Amino acid sequence: MRYLPLTEADRRDMLVVIGAPSVDSLFSDVPDSVHLAEPVDLPAHQGELEVERALTAMAAENMAAGSVPFFLGAGAYRHHVPASVNHLIQRGEFLTSYTPYQPEVSQGTLQYLFEFQTQVALITGMDVANASMYDGATSCAEAALMARRVTRKADVVLSGGLHPHYTETTETLLKFLDSTIDVLPPDIDGNEDIAAQIADGTACVVVQYPDMFGRVRDLQPIADACHDAGALLVVVMNEVVALGALKPPGDMGADIVAAEGRSIGNPLNFGGPYVGLFAAREKYVRQMPGRLAGETVDVDGKRGWVLTLSTREQHIRREKATSNICTNSGLCALAFTIHLSLLGEDGFRRLAAINHAKTVQLADRFAAAGIEVVNDTFFNELTVRLAEPAAPVVDRLAVEGILAGVPVSRLRPGDDALTNLLLVAVTETVTDDDMDRLCAALKEAA
Amino acid sequence: MEGNSTDTYTGNRGLRLEEPLIFEQDAPGRSGVDLPEPPPVQSRLGGLDRPDAIGLPGLSEPQVVRHYTRLSQKNYAIDAGFYPLGSCTMKHNPRLNEKMARLPGFADLHPLQPEATVQGALRLIDTLAHWIKTLTGMPAVAMSPAAGAHGELCGLMTARTALEARGDGRKRVLVPDSAHGTNPATAAICGYAVEAIPLNDRGRVDLNALKDALDEDVAAFMLTNPNTCGLFEDEILEQAQAVHDAGAFFYCDGANFNAIVGRVRPGDLGIDCMHLNLHKTFSTPHGGGGPGSGPVVLSEALADYAPRPWVVHGEDGFSLVEHEDEAAQAAPYGRMKAFHGQMGMFVRALAYMMSHGSDGLRQASSDAVLNANYLLASLSKELSLAYDGPCMHEVLFDDGFLKGTDVTTLDFAKAMIDEGFHPMTMYFPLVVHGALLMEPTETESRESLDQFIETMRHLAKRAKDGDAQAFHDAPVHTPRRRLDETAAARRPILRWRPDPVQGEAAE
Amino acid sequence: MSDLKYSKEHEWIRLEDDIATVGISNFAQEQLGDVVFVELPEVGKQVVQNGDAAVVESVKAASEVYAPLTGKIVEVNAALEEDPELVNQSPTGDGWFMKIRLSDASQLDGMMDEAAYNDFTASQS
Repeated sequence: MRYLPLTEADRRDMLVVIGAPSVDSLFSDVPDSVHLAEPVDLPAHQGELEVERALTAMAAENMAAGSVPFFLGAGAYRHHVPASVNHLIQRGEFLTSYTPYQPEVSQGTLQYLFEFQTQVALITGMDVANASMYDGATSCAEAALMARRVTRKADVVLSGGLHPHYTETTETLLKFLDSTIDVLPPDIDGNEDIAAQIADGTACVVVQYPDMFGRVRDLQPIADACHDAGALLVVVMNEVVALGALKPPGDMGADIVAAEGRSIGNPLNFGGPYVGLFAAREKYVRQMPGRLAGETVDVDGKRGWVLTLSTREQHIRREKATSNICTNSGLCALAFTIHLSLLGEDGFRRLAAINHAKTVQLADRFAAAGIEVVNDTFFNELTVRLAEPAAPVVDRLAVEGILAGVPVSRLRPGDDALTNLLLVAVTETVTDDDMDRLCAALKEAA
Repeated sequence: MEGNSTDTYTGNRGLRLEEPLIFEQDAPGRSGVDLPEPPPVQSRLGGLDRPDAIGLPGLSEPQVVRHYTRLSQKNYAIDAGFYPLGSCTMKHNPRLNEKMARLPGFADLHPLQPEATVQGALRLIDTLAHWIKTLTGMPAVAMSPAAGAHGELCGLMTARTALEARGDGRKRVLVPDSAHGTNPATAAICGYAVEAIPLNDRGRVDLNALKDALDEDVAAFMLTNPNTCGLFEDEILEQAQAVHDAGAFFYCDGANFNAIVGRVRPGDLGIDCMHLNLHKTFSTPHGGGGPGSGPVVLSEALADYAPRPWVVHGEDGFSLVEHEDEAAQAAPYGRMKAFHGQMGMFVRALAYMMSHGSDGLRQASSDAVLNANYLLASLSKELSLAYDGPCMHEVLFDDGFLKGTDVTTLDFAKAMIDEGFHPMTMYFPLVVHGALLMEPTETESRESLDQFIETMRHLAKRAKDGDAQAFHDAPVHTPRRRLDETAAARRPILRWRPDPVQGEAAE
Repeated sequence: MSDLKYSKEHEWIRLEDDIATVGISNFAQEQLGDVVFVELPEVGKQVVQNGDAAVVESVKAASEVYAPLTGKIVEVNAALEEDPELVNQSPTGDGWFMKIRLSDASQLDGMMDEAAYNDFTASQS
């Protein structure tokens, strides 16, 4: 077996050193009644070729996004990732290293985490950021928990523009913590008055930017209302590429930004692993969840990095920790950092500008074709109102080889007002020809 | 100590290269990507255009490649050497896994594509679930949790939901002294008070103390088995009986499943739920701290309360249950994360399982246990063994052998770094003084173990011979020596900021 | 011999009228090592004897500081926010934590004087 270095001779000799008659005897603490005498009923070992053949066949059953005109978003946006990103994250020193608890032999990981934290703080316009969370939805839920710690209030108001999966993830994490969660109805038309929902017990208001229907709005009035009431404003972002074009939440009074960062550096991965971004105001840093890399010096006075403020974390605080999280999305965060370093200021802004311009072009084509776009403002996602339910249309177009978008009913079934709505995202990977084909196909359903 | 004679002009030392932050290599206008001019359009951003410079540095591709290559060279890694980290299971990460996870048919799939276009992906999740259920002997598995601690949360939330469904408002969770810190943290998020259960003098949970603590107010008992002392809980069947007699659920922390795969099925031990760390047991890469994946196996009593979404196999192929009204008789408690689970990790884990097969997985856990007992037998004279063996996949020593040497466990660990090893897990579990927890895994060859053993003996002798200062100075052969963690925590610097003087000059 | 009283949880108390100044003992700061952060209660908060009052953190540990006496927090040592090392440098002086207006002065009766506390810590280590 190719992954096992011990030979039969090694095993025999080692048992002699141990003074045990057999490997079985090392399992003597296992009650006899539960000790398996034989391997379980699963296939036997296979060579690399056979495994590769079987898994490649499974992969071939799927319609890869890059093989067809592709317009899905709704929390996961398809972007081009430079080849060097994938090369660098597969260096064994990154891929196969442990959490950097021993800083002397982990300066590489610690330095890129410090760079990652800085990049996240810069693009969100916030003071500090952590070393990443599982995904955007868990970042959102952890932001609500953090707001409860900071304000010492219990309740949470979730905007109707928040991605329904983020709403559900947040409701789940707070389920057993005596928190009233006020979930506002889907904000299709963009006239939600969330400030009116803030009460004495409100720890935070959670809004999404752009919202789940693609709309962008100035968050400063909501921030002001939150702060007047002693609540925090949590701003959620599904699509961080938008920060290359949009005013950052930190410039509009956000206290915490919880975002999905996968768009930069990482593939769609059928939903995971992703990389949650988490940024906050400096004064709240000791209430932040997750790992933090910090700058310091070694005994020779040379600059270096360590994990810091770890007394917030579960391995020290145990039941009083800020979170039970024991991991970050390390390698995905590395991919993010490398990709954003390649983009730089000019590349990041241009990438965002291309996304937006193409989306404007598609909106114009929809208008010309008589297809109704619901949102008047947007970054790279449009909500289209069809004349018939969107889900069957999407299924039909998939058969024709077009992945047309995400029916809102996929996220929130059973709501008549949403049934005909289709979310359509446009990134730099979409061509003019793709847009023509989508427009022609949707015209029939409009 | 290194004197001035070895100083270089650059600060570099041969292959050991100094590297500034990416922000310190900025040249405005430079970029590592070539993107076309965006088509001219009227902005639809609603007047919210980003007004100011963001502050991201500009570098070309070769600079970025060199920067991150140099950073990588400052890391230890399982590819490079032995990582005896107890409870963390640093095993070889096969590259076939990486290749398979990057197939466009897996990596380039959107989670919300029509189900008809992702049948192979759903088949993969279903296949992996079958392997997991068969290896654990459990009837159900929740695949969506993103990491071990997330799985733990999922398991305990499932248990609380099941209790509430029968109108049972229990308030306490029992956790052994030797538990991972995530256990009490998880219990707290589930709204439970935590009560510690002591160990007996054999390093196992004190069965009588457990029985005394169990009553109708206890929701669950959280056990790690094999436990964090590296020992199999030989009274686990009695523990399970006592827990169930009290009407509580038996949670097993599966962090150490690596020791018993193919030899013991947790389902036969009477547990109700257990999370698996795919990176520990099934070789997905640790990645410098993540991402992980933490599927949770569930007993019949809990299966109906698992979180959404999950995969079902119907007449027309595979489909996803994403919403409560599609869940038939089940009553899912909620959703753990945005999408279905860590697909990239699923592909890697299945590639590993298929490579090893049923026979190889059993051989791997046997080798892991053999290697750990070989360390135990070879080092119990020179180090101080915490509990008698045989051990499972890891062996626990305390710092008794360092008594009177003025060398601490930490000093000893730092000296190991200079010898080319990653330190073992230190000061955990908390139940012994100055713990040294060593887990060789099945990945290490006998030659590699022998070198490690000789090194440990050498270091132990050096400590006893009174060479404490050398230990205090260690490590000296690393890119950085011991770092000032106190200064970092007192006045945290968590991001780079531009030099204020330069900032003024630019204005 | 100082006028300080000590609790078994390693807090010291200095009473002036009905105001008790509270900090952690020299023994406690030595056990903790370098203090990196102190979380203090809000002024005006009611605390109860042996209930949570503050948290003191070193790099590798966080420890609860319990209120040795029942009463109301009337002042906290804001200097610790910037200079947590004061706890190490001057545990019974500039490193004080909080001042409590006592509800029940008789609670002091159970406290140790310095000699008794020194015996107590000697028996612990």
